[in-house]
Amino acid sequence: MIEHKTAGYRLFQTFNYLFFASIGVCCLVPFLIVLGSSFESESVLRDQGFSLIPSQFTTFSYETVFRLNAITQSFLVSAAVTVIGTLAALFVTGLLAYPLAQREMKFRGAILGYVLVTMLFSGGLVPWYILITKYLHLKDTLWVLILPYLVNPFNMFVLKSFFETLPREIIESARIDGASHMRIFRSIVIPLSAPGLATIALFYALSYWNDWWLSLNFIESDRLVPVQLLLKKMISNLTFISSQVDTSQFIQVPSNGVQMATTIISIGPIILVYPYVQRYFVKGLTIGSVKG
Amino acid sequence: MRLQAHKASGITTRSERKKRFRFSGTGALYWMALPGILFFLIFHYLPMLGVIIAFKNYNFADGIFGSPWAGFDNFEFFFTSPDLFRVTYNTLFLNVLFIGIGTFVSVLTAILLSEIRSRIAARTFQTFIFFPYFISWIVVSLFLGTFLATDKGIINHLLAALGFAKVEFMSRPGLWPAILVIVHLWKSTGYGVVIYLAAITGINPEYYEAARIDGANRLQQVTRILLPQLRPTILVLLILAVGRIFYGDFGMIYALVGDNGQLYSTTDVIDTYVFRSMRTFGDMGMTSAIGLYQSLMGFIMIVAANWVSKKLSDEDKGVLY
Repeated sequence: MIEHKTAGYRLFQTFNYLFFASIGVCCLVPFLIVLGSSFESESVLRDQGFSLIPSQFTTFSYETVFRLNAITQSFLVSAAVTVIGTLAALFVTGLLAYPLAQREMKFRGAILGYVLVTMLFSGGLVPWYILITKYLHLKDTLWVLILPYLVNPFNMFVLKSFFETLPREIIESARIDGASHMRIFRSIVIPLSAPGLATIALFYALSYWNDWWLSLNFIESDRLVPVQLLLKKMISNLTFISSQVDTSQFIQVPSNGVQMATTIISIGPIILVYPYVQRYFVKGLTIGSVKG
Repeated sequence: MRLQAHKASGITTRSERKKRFRFSGTGALYWMALPGILFFLIFHYLPMLGVIIAFKNYNFADGIFGSPWAGFDNFEFFFTSPDLFRVTYNTLFLNVLFIGIGTFVSVLTAILLSEIRSRIAARTFQTFIFFPYFISWIVVSLFLGTFLATDKGIINHLLAALGFAKVEFMSRPGLWPAILVIVHLWKSTGYGVVIYLAAITGINPEYYEAARIDGANRLQQVTRILLPQLRPTILVLLILAVGRIFYGDFGMIYALVGDNGQLYSTTDVIDTYVFRSMRTFGDMGMTSAIGLYQSLMGFIMIVAANWVSKKLSDEDKGVLY
């Protein structure tokens, strides 16, 4: 764009940089405090509070986390749900989005409306809860953490918009050559749509990894508690513990530190991939917001 | 022989057409869509039928269809309770704050970010601002705890250092709308910025060029070109948000407030209330009635919002349909 070299504009630029630097700090500081605290010794955490830079550096909290079976089990559950869920959701969403992007499909409008209605109106929590527990018998299964999020209408519409940007001639000529739609989908559309599919996969992976609504409602068995619900339980229990500190059995476990360390590990995968995948998110959000 | 003759003349038999429709022709498209269609049928449309629970005296043993009818008893109970007004008010009030302040801050931040000339700096800032969007509400609640805890919290440490008295945030409901707005801004501004920034980058640079030749300064270019160009995007997001104004953010409120009854007066929204009534009272009929009330109000808002968007855009199609 156009450069403005007036003194006022340069002053504005300086302030703008300072503004964003401080906003950036605000966005990261809570994370850095928890990161610092996860390496702090339990006694400091208990008596003095949180620390950005640990005064008594220790990895004891992490060692404890890896020794506690409940926590490692939770990470396994979350990882399994995220991987299986993302693959399954991607598959079903793709299979629905592809036909809806084809003009030759007769009831396309009706099916689009059928999907849209679910975004506008819902039966509410109770019928949904009763359906899943009483009629589908999914309570306390791994499936209940996956199936209810299998197709997200927003993601479906994003993927459909993406499929519509593929050149129609390719699909048409493959049709003339006698390829079935399933074959076109497998051998042409999927390889060509890698960026779109990656975007949707990330949306799904993030929502599966961060979800605790499904587990809050449907998981009672300790074996199937995903990491977010475990954290929720830790947070509620810790406030309970700190109100009656003398229940001595918890003193051995660095409960504050464990909470911090578990939090950091739960954000770990996101932090690791975030810098690389951010642009896909930006792309997906941009397509989604334009197409509604 | 006959078949070949048909083929040669371009005529297909009925069974042949059927076969082609099924597997290789257009029919395959329907088979592909089937799992997705079934998903919506089971997880979205069946629960919609389940709203009849709102008119029943539900018990688990008899199920949805076996339980006796209750007429409008379930509605009467909720509509005469003081909770109705409180949770509806909180839901609307918090959402209005989130939408109003959130939109303003996102647009402003996006405009300011578009003024950052260095691409590396702009990208770095966007990365930071967008980061909280990826954090789960549970983790956010832990983050918030490090700031608000009464004895060890950072804010109370600072207050103590400055000689002020401690604030017990967990028992001061009056402070929570502000706290929730700040947390909402922290987590969601990046999302808005991404969308608005994309719209800003999409503006034709010739407009600015023309304005500059006419002697417009940077601020005038923002108010006369950028904002009007951004208007459609703002409207779309605003209308979508208004359409969901009767839905509280359960993930946020329940993670941050949880079962802390001292804060219900300002933070309890329809969704947390529904969840609690189902979990603690187990009254499915009444809870379902509240859910239906919410769905109907939400539906009215969506239709209204879409109607408004149709009027504003002078098109025959609203934001949604």
